[in-house]
Parts: sequence; structure tokens; C-alpha cells
Amino acid sequence: MNAPDTGYNFAYLDEQTKRMIRRAILKAVAVPGYQVPFAGREMPLPYGWGTGGIQVTAAVIGADDTLKVIDQGADDTTNAVSIRRFFQRTAGVATTTETEKATLIQTRHRIPEARLGEHQILVYQVPIPEPLRWMEARESETRKMHALAEYGVMHVRLYEDIAHMGRIVKSYDYPVRVNGRYIMAPSPIPKFDNPKMDRMPALQLFGAGREKRIYAVPPYTRVESLDFEDHPFEIQTWSEGCALCGATDSYLDEVVTDDRGGRMMVCSDTDHCDKRRAAGHSGPMAAPYGETPR
Amino acid sequence: MNLVATAAVLDDDPPLLSVRGLGKSYGGALGCRAVSFDLWPGEVLGIVGESGSGKSTLLNCLSGQVAADAGEILYRDRMGATADFLTLPEPKRRALLRGEWGLVHQNPRDGLRLRVSAGANIGERLMAQGARHYGDIRAEATGWLSRVEIDTARTDDLPIRFSGGMQQRLQIARTLVTGPRLVFMDEPTGGLDVSVQARLLDLIRGLVDELGAACVIVTHDLAVARLLAHRLMVMKGGEVVEAGLTDQVLDDPHHPYTQLLVSSVLQV
Repeated sequence: MNAPDTGYNFAYLDEQTKRMIRRAILKAVAVPGYQVPFAGREMPLPYGWGTGGIQVTAAVIGADDTLKVIDQGADDTTNAVSIRRFFQRTAGVATTTETEKATLIQTRHRIPEARLGEHQILVYQVPIPEPLRWMEARESETRKMHALAEYGVMHVRLYEDIAHMGRIVKSYDYPVRVNGRYIMAPSPIPKFDNPKMDRMPALQLFGAGREKRIYAVPPYTRVESLDFEDHPFEIQTWSEGCALCGATDSYLDEVVTDDRGGRMMVCSDTDHCDKRRAAGHSGPMAAPYGETPR
Repeated sequence: MNLVATAAVLDDDPPLLSVRGLGKSYGGALGCRAVSFDLWPGEVLGIVGESGSGKSTLLNCLSGQVAADAGEILYRDRMGATADFLTLPEPKRRALLRGEWGLVHQNPRDGLRLRVSAGANIGERLMAQGARHYGDIRAEATGWLSRVEIDTARTDDLPIRFSGGMQQRLQIARTLVTGPRLVFMDEPTGGLDVSVQARLLDLIRGLVDELGAACVIVTHDLAVARLLAHRLMVMKGGEVVEAGLTDQVLDDPHHPYTQLLVSSVLQV
């Protein structure tokens, strides 16, 4: 494990910056789903790698927190590893890959399968915070549309999907209405995860570094996915379970295993998969648990 | 030329729209000045004049695209309440523009969403008003496409693939789908060839008649005005120089400018 670096303030950002970000977070929590502008700082990693999420994490993390970082559900991908290491070195906090043990989880593209609790905070990395952007390019206009709750155009997009494909094909960053008021981009999580946001006991914070916006969903807040009466919201389903742990209720990734069309479906949440295998569950392609490291 | 009195004979109801002393200047340059008129439900008012006479400025002020400097625009809404459009809070103004009012731009590209299908273009105003049933929205969209004589097989095509005349008809369908009570049209037949113009005029006349919408049409084409408008206002240098029933104005023009305008129409 890396020893904390010296010469940096706790969690890299200076205290005044953290204070500014915390103010933005407080406002975001007070107005669920509303995008609060904040003076985003230059971070020591490129835009698109989670600069917004990192700043939010840095502003809320404490010395007694236990941090988990996931990217596409996995704890061991580049993005997750480097962000986790960043906070190990600049804050010296404990880290974990186990969802239940974490008090602070920074995520890109997924919500953990395990149900989160009141003691936890989920921080999302957000590339494009504005759900109306696709229909309306002018920021001045989208702000007005949010202010006046003029959200008819959001359904135009869903209409187009049904007209061309026969169903709503939008499968990630699926727009939601928060607390019956603001339309919000849930960041590029699969729509499979949308129902988990609804009345989640954990606090959900969203940070967009390039666009310099912070928004939030407080605990137990209503989050509804947009749909039509005759085309209700649906989540993805798979015909098979996870090839390693046999789970049929988790989000599956397709992994190509050779160049002859071989493939397997595995849980995208690596911690969830590990826990299930440790508990004795097994899928059709699993080696006995403990013999092959994942 | 007592415009208000002439029109009042047509209908005993209070006017739908009363414009009083409307003015707009761009810095020092005059846009339009002291424009007053009344518009009754189901009536079509034509505004004619040469380029730069202030007709587009007037229409832009009326339809809330440009903020007027002076005057009032009194509108009687569906509930029968009258309010000044210029002092209405913005949410109400925008709601009006989305529902009870409609605006047809001269260039259909200004009024259409070019990157979504024709069906979605028509459905947008319905969805903005809270329609959440895909089947109903689609049925309404295809119904309107056939009303404006566009093949319903093209419901899912992008408007960018449509001809200019089709785009204009689509824009009209998109505007009229919510059954607006007041429609503003800025040169609706501008830029279209003559045969297409004729069919479009026929269509507009039919639809406006059918819906009973009041309509303000800006045009520089007196033939269009003759065909569509019940009443006419002639503008010059930002002011209304003559107003009255269309036939009366065109057949017996009083103001020298109107006489010039009428006499300069090419006779084929």
C-alpha cells in the first residue's frame, strides 16, 4: 500500500476550494436534480477521467472514510485504480473493494448491485450534465427550460426511438425526473440502474468537471424514469445468467473470449460476482472459486 | 378609415387581440410606430408593405420574438381573461406561445427541428402540453400529415429530406396541431414556386377556416393578401398608412403609397 504523499493538503484540494464545493453540494442537495455551477479546479488528470467526481469526493471525504472506486462496475480498471491510488496518496484514507464496507463510493457508469445504506455516499462522474443538450444547444435556453419546467422536448427524443426502432432504445444516461420537478441526466449508467436511484437511502452526488456542474439526489428521493403510457420504462434483461456466479439479477457485460465467436456474459459488478462465488454460487464457465484469480 | 368600427360590424364579441400604440425602434432607427388594430376570432388580417416598411418588426413584436418599446397587446385567452402580452410574466408568455398561439416562420428551417422526424416535429407541441401516450401522438401526427397533403409514409423521415414546400406544410401542421386560437405567419409562401404557392394558399385558407383561428399574415405579395386576408393593413416607414377590408383597400386604394403598391403589381 502506498504511503500518503507529503506536501499536499488532505485530499489534494485546498480548504477554501473544498468549502466552495461543499457550498455547491449543499445547494444541490437542497434543490434535488438542479445543476449548481461551481468553480471547478484543474485536477492532475484529464477531463473525461472523472475530474468532477474527484473534486466532489475530495470535498466530502474525511480521514475516517473508507473509499471504493469503480469504473463500469469493476474495481480493477485503470480509471478506478488511479483514482483510488490518488486518494490513498493524498488523503491516506482506507480503501476497499467491498461495497458494504465503503462509506464513500466514487463511480463511473454503474451503481453497485448491493443495496446502499444511509451511511454511504455515492459520487458519480458525469460527462454531460445537461439532459436537454441534445434537443437544445443554447445554455441560456436550457436553463430557462429547467426553470419553467418546460420538458416536452425530452419526450421528443423517446418518441424518435419508438418511431424508428419500435421501442425506447436509449439504454444509458436515461433521463429521470427527480422529486417530481427537475429532469436530470443520471450520468452514463445503464438504465438497468435507474430503478436503484429511486428512494435510495444513500446520498447521491454528481460532479461534472468539464462542465463545472454539481447536482444531487438526497436520500429517499423520488427518481422516475421518463416514458410513455403505452411504452413504459423497461430495464435490460438477459436470457442467461452470469457465466461465473450464475446471477440472473445483475447487469451483465459481454466478454469476447476468442476469435472464433466465443463469448461469455459476466457480472459487471466485480465485487458482487466475487461475493456470490465466495458464497458458493457458480455459473456454467466458472472454475472452482479461489483457484483462478479474476 | 375607421378600422375598429368597420370590423365591429362583423362581430359583436369583444376582439381576441387588441393592439394599441405598438412601437419599436432599433437604437435610433425606426422599426414600427403607433400601430393599433383589433382582431376578432376567425379573422385573417394581412399586413402588406415593401421591404423595410416594418411589417416583420410588427409581427416579431406581436409574437414575442422582439421586445416592443411602447404600447400594449391585449389578448383575450381561452378562459375569457384579457391580459397585456407585453407585461405578462415570462412563464405565461411562453405557455401562450406554445399553446394558444402559433408562429409560422418564413423559412421553415427556423420553425422545424430538422434533426428529428416529421412525426416528432408535429408531436412536439402535444408533448409539451403533456401528451404522454405514444399511440395517440402518432395518430395525431399522421392525421395532420395527411391534412397538409404529405404522404404518411414519410412520417419517420427527417424534414431535411423534404422539399421546401413540404417543409413549409410540415411547419404549418406542427403549428396548428394544438389548435391555436391565434396564428402569426411571416411570408408563408415566400421562396416557393408559383404552383406550390397556390396549393399552400389553398391549404392555409382551408385550415384556418376549419379551425376558426384568427390569423395575422405578413406578406409583400398582394395576391396572397387578396386570397387569404379579410382585412388589410398597409405599412410604410414603420407606420400603418391605410387599413380596411381587403377588397376595399385593393380595389379603391386611398393613400398614394397604396395606390403605388397596387399599380406596381405585374399583370400577366
